Amino acid sequence: MIRISAPDTAFEGEVIELKAMIQHPMETGYRRDSKGEIIPTDIIKSFRCTYDGNVIFEAEFFPGIAANPFLTFHARASHTGKIEFSWTDQHGERWAEERMLTVS
Amino acid sequence: MRRAYLLALILTGCSENHERIAEQSQISSADLRSGYEFLQPETQALQDDAFANPGYLWVDKGKALFNQSPEHGEPACSSCHSDDSRPVSKAAAHYPAIDEQSGKLVNLESRINLCRERYQGLAPLEYESDDLLGLTAYLSHLAQGEPVSVTIDGQARKYYDAGEDYFFLRKGQFNLACSQCHNEHWGDKLRGDTISQGHGNAFPAYRMEWQTFGSLHRRLRDCDSGIRAEPLEYGSETYTAVELYLAKRAEGLAMESPGVRR
Repeated sequence: MIRISAPDTAFEGEVIELKAMIQHPMETGYRRDSKGEIIPTDIIKSFRCTYDGNVIFEAEFFPGIAANPFLTFHARASHTGKIEFSWTDQHGERWAEERMLTVS
Repeated sequence: MRRAYLLALILTGCSENHERIAEQSQISSADLRSGYEFLQPETQALQDDAFANPGYLWVDKGKALFNQSPEHGEPACSSCHSDDSRPVSKAAAHYPAIDEQSGKLVNLESRINLCRERYQGLAPLEYESDDLLGLTAYLSHLAQGEPVSVTIDGQARKYYDAGEDYFFLRKGQFNLACSQCHNEHWGDKLRGDTISQGHGNAFPAYRMEWQTFGSLHRRLRDCDSGIRAEPLEYGSETYTAVELYLAKRAEGLAMESPGVRR
């Protein structure tokens, strides 16, 4: 599951708040299961947000990040365009979600 | 001979000790407090924020599952429960309840699984699976703010009594009863934590310790293993009876699910 909070509309020059959360265990690789076996690392490595194709926010994740990572950041609305949020895990699997921002 | 007698005395002494019922103690209705009030302000803020609260990941999932038709064309939950004849809106606040068809006590998880088997022809969902957690999260979330209230009359009475017995039963290597922490010592410290009154009104809930969402039965298993007692199976009749006792004990507290707990 992915949860996104982004405004549908904004004025030109307005600072907008963007929030993104993804359901993910962020397994560190340091824990052991009930049989004593190591639980393999399973983490998201990177997050990227693009606004009309341009990267506006990027983050690198490490095993110290809690499960279900949640990010809040800001951007300045300049023109109408697509905002894309994407996550990539250690195996290269990618999840993405889009929102349309209309600027008046 | 004397040694054997002593040994027998010690053994019976031990077993009696383990079966002893802790002193009956109650929380007065004026003192009734949700686990929320024992949390750090930061954890309370996380629960209150309808976006940042990670429990909503499961609420969203449950909402989608509730409204979507299963793969082979079986009816969706919403196809029965959309009209007012079978409202589900606040139902979660009144579980566990007696299933009239079987006469057995069922909690929300078992009710969902009974619905799947009887009306959708589907296999029951596994306890703690994301799907079952999602559905219970969604239904409990609909009842948010509704005061907990359950029926303990008639067929429910024997379950209520069994749940109460379990609550006051000393068990495990620590020989502790639930009541000794949650009735007699709530508000005191257990290491760095403040002991709560042990209410289930925020469950299913997101627990920091789990780094995920979980049911009340998972929480009960944690309490039991914490006092070094053997945790019971998920969905066991005894835990469901304890759930009924806890709901009656928490009667009047508002439903908080999806709660956030330590």
